[in-house]
Amino acid sequence: MSDLRALLPDLPCDETAAPVFRAPWEAQAFAMAVALHQKGLFTWPEWAETLSAEIKRAQAAGDPDTGETYYRHWLNALEKLVVTKGATSDAALQARAEAWDRAAKATPHGQPIMLPRS
Amino acid sequence: MELRVRALESILVEKGYVDPAALDVLIETYETKVGPHNGAQVVAKAWSDPAYRDWLRRDATAAIVSLGYAGRQGEHMVAVENTPDTHNMVVCTLCSCYPWPVLGLPPVWYKSAAYRSRAVIDPRGVLKDFGVTLPADKQIKLWDSTAEVRYLVIPERPPGTEGWSEERLAKLVTRDSMIGTGLARNPDEVSP
Repeated sequence: MSDLRALLPDLPCDETAAPVFRAPWEAQAFAMAVALHQKGLFTWPEWAETLSAEIKRAQAAGDPDTGETYYRHWLNALEKLVVTKGATSDAALQARAEAWDRAAKATPHGQPIMLPRS
Repeated sequence: MELRVRALESILVEKGYVDPAALDVLIETYETKVGPHNGAQVVAKAWSDPAYRDWLRRDATAAIVSLGYAGRQGEHMVAVENTPDTHNMVVCTLCSCYPWPVLGLPPVWYKSAAYRSRAVIDPRGVLKDFGVTLPADKQIKLWDSTAEVRYLVIPERPPGTEGWSEERLAKLVTRDSMIGTGLARNPDEVSP
């Protein structure tokens, strides 16, 4: 009967205490999708379709889908849609992430991380 | 995750698709300004003002916007009213469509596969998990949100609240009661 409770130990959860976002990247990913939709890059139904496809795909691949991994699916969907709409490419995203990674590793602790001007 | 978000954001900023300051405003809005307290105002007004309640039933989008709650995922709202015979409950079986302007962003359980599937198969069991037991003869209506239509449940007004101000009534309206996984609080559950 209560497999929902077993999966979600914090249910029924606190009305107000739960943070909206659990990490800054979740907030950034959330806001980017809303901003891009405002900008007209995609419609909201297109977004919902991409996100739900991403959730289904993750579930099929064994994601427990407890809601904790929600913003991972959100980010996957966002990258996919942004590439589909031609705003950037997978290769560009990949290259940029690697550049940030290298910059982060080369930056002394406590200093702001900057990308070298290319 | 962080690297990927940073990569995506820096590219989109360079190309002029997003403005970092606008992102900050969005985040602040959803973290602090938008939340179930908005929906509670709508419900409290519907409880105390029959004309507003009729408007909400007829055209929830306009009635909600009139209180200043507009925005993404609130473009087409439908209010569903609980009655002595019927309890309404909302789910998004596909993903997590949710009426942001009135409820804020959805709680974790709303986005979980467990809730999305079980709400459909066994709504009474889900309600029990939330500590809600309804009379056996009460009908449960389940509403599946979509990218186009969002639902707001108007819970039943608790007895013993005659003559209460909207402000006081709003304190009885919980987030879960507006999703339909809870009921409004009783007067003795809140401080006067």
